[in-house]
Amino acid sequence: MATVLNRIDQLFADRDRKRFIPFLTVGDPSIEATFQLVKAMVEAGADLIELGVPYSDPLADGPTIQRASERALKNGVTIGDALQLVKRLRESGMEASVVLFTYFNPVLQYGIERFFADLAAYGADGVVIPDLPIEENGPAVTAAKQHGIHVISLVAPTSSSRINTIGEQATGFLYCVSSLGVTGARADLREDLADFLERVKASTSVPTAVGFGISTPDQVRAVAPHTNGVIVGSAIVQQIEEHAEQLKDPKQMPQAVEKIKTFVHQLASALQ
Amino acid sequence: MNNIQTTTRVVPDENGRFGAFGGKFIPETLMNAVTELEIAFEEARRDPAFVQELNGLLSEYAGRPTPLTYAERLTNEVGGAQIYLKREDLNHTGAHKLNNALGQALLAKRMGKKSIIAETGAGQHGVASATVAAKLGLSCKVFMGEEDIRRQSLNVFRMKLLGAEVIPAVSGSRTLKDATNEAIRHWVSHVDETFYVIGSVVGPHPYPYMVREFQKIIGEETRSQVLQMLRRLPDEVVACVGGGSNAIGMFYPFIQDESVALRGVEAAGKGIDTEKHAATLTLGRPGVIHGSLTYLLQDECGQVQEAHSISAGLDYPGVGPEHAYLKDSGRVTYTSVTDAEALEAVQVLCQTEGIIPALESAHAIAEAIKRAKEMSSDKILVICLSGRGDKDVLTIQEALTTEGGE
Repeated sequence: MATVLNRIDQLFADRDRKRFIPFLTVGDPSIEATFQLVKAMVEAGADLIELGVPYSDPLADGPTIQRASERALKNGVTIGDALQLVKRLRESGMEASVVLFTYFNPVLQYGIERFFADLAAYGADGVVIPDLPIEENGPAVTAAKQHGIHVISLVAPTSSSRINTIGEQATGFLYCVSSLGVTGARADLREDLADFLERVKASTSVPTAVGFGISTPDQVRAVAPHTNGVIVGSAIVQQIEEHAEQLKDPKQMPQAVEKIKTFVHQLASALQ
Repeated sequence: MNNIQTTTRVVPDENGRFGAFGGKFIPETLMNAVTELEIAFEEARRDPAFVQELNGLLSEYAGRPTPLTYAERLTNEVGGAQIYLKREDLNHTGAHKLNNALGQALLAKRMGKKSIIAETGAGQHGVASATVAAKLGLSCKVFMGEEDIRRQSLNVFRMKLLGAEVIPAVSGSRTLKDATNEAIRHWVSHVDETFYVIGSVVGPHPYPYMVREFQKIIGEETRSQVLQMLRRLPDEVVACVGGGSNAIGMFYPFIQDESVALRGVEAAGKGIDTEKHAATLTLGRPGVIHGSLTYLLQDECGQVQEAHSISAGLDYPGVGPEHAYLKDSGRVTYTSVTDAEALEAVQVLCQTEGIIPALESAHAIAEAIKRAKEMSSDKILVICLSGRGDKDVLTIQEALTTEGGE
């Protein structure tokens, strides 16, 4: 069991500073665009990057991220491409933490042991596997520990009595699902969200981050007091979708990247 | 073989595993719901009042027990084993699907849920769910792939007539797999008030187990009917496998009977040497789909592949985890039958027995005809006739009309 201090642990060492976590799908609309977008997001204040590996049957995702997956799959993007991207980001000097977001079947086909060895070798710090609850994550957690990688657990408002068990087993940070349902921007957050987040906080020694449905600077401000980090996915992916054509054109890409960077900066600044 | 006999008694284990297969690979948001369902189902099946109400509905509403019919003219035509048909087509709504829909909807009511959702391919499970929702006073939404809505317009109309809302799934191949994804997404969003009635022995634990328990009445009746009529057990039992609910229902009560050969028939579509098939157990490899670890049609990166069959009820890239287990243990033999062979079997059964079978069931008939020919006339072969073919007549007509042109 390696005791290497993972970048995620370093990031959350100062619990008073709130962390901003953007999500985007690898290869949407191209690998090059994802590379440029990640670099820009880090400049805009992102502390940890969540990179989605496209999947044919993303059943925890709403239509926005599902469409991003479809666009990336048309480009033939695989786990291998996601790992190569992480490597390139590290070679370019990026220090921010990186977690991959992937469904379990691609991991299973890649090979669980090989997957975690490669995450470590290519410079990733963790993985979120939305369809791998704690009852099923034993083999993944064992392999992850050997390579100093965090398997990030999710906890939902419906987790009820499971919250404590999940909290006790969590490593890296605990991903709090802010709303019932799939990923996707929502106009309103749950009224009992603060209570839920406080309950989760009390259940665990690891930091918490909240995601699913958070899309505006106001919403970021509203949840910030109850969490160590905020994750925004669909709202960013929606921006990428709107600028997909420009992002594919080398001449227009810088301008489109700049627009998305501004959006991410607004979200990230709302945290502090 | 003895080893299998003892192990099959205890599947699934407390983790919902059939050997290496099964489990609960679902988003955390749903975990509490499936645990509650597990507890509710265990309580219900031990509660005499629940069992009595379900049995009452099965006999007075669904029309059980369904008959076992000796297919004399088919037997003479084929030459070989004596062929019997277990008539699930005579269930109310025309297929075995009602057995399970009644069970789950009663359970939903017992759990205080007012709404049920369901996914459907050919529409038989959708119709069964819409039917029981009407009967028990629940609201019902049915998710169905856009392509299947086109192929099965008659069943779509039936569901709407029964008061259900039919919601098209427009992603992917727009068939059963995508309808299931949409149903799961809806369930995640409305998990507090919604009961998801899964139509086959697929999905996270406890579904594969629970659906088997609701469907095993098919095999239990068959076993006692054959014993009563012939004073012996059958030699072979054949059933079609998409998700595999009629097959598990038929096979399960025979698992301990070593002398009875069990044969599951998948859809080979245009042929297992083409890309257009749904032969999951024949050509797939273990993977995760819709909450279960099972055999799966997928590419080398784990992306789920689209399945194809002339039968909308069979073109599913996964299969129930218990079938994966039974395949690996060797207790059940799995084979596949093409679209063309199934179409031919439809015509043979129509013209020898006056029964229009569902295209799903026609796969079992086609395989049984091949098998019966190789068996002597003192052998007994039972086919699970899982559903009637009324819903498929347009597809059959289309296929037979264009057959020469292809």
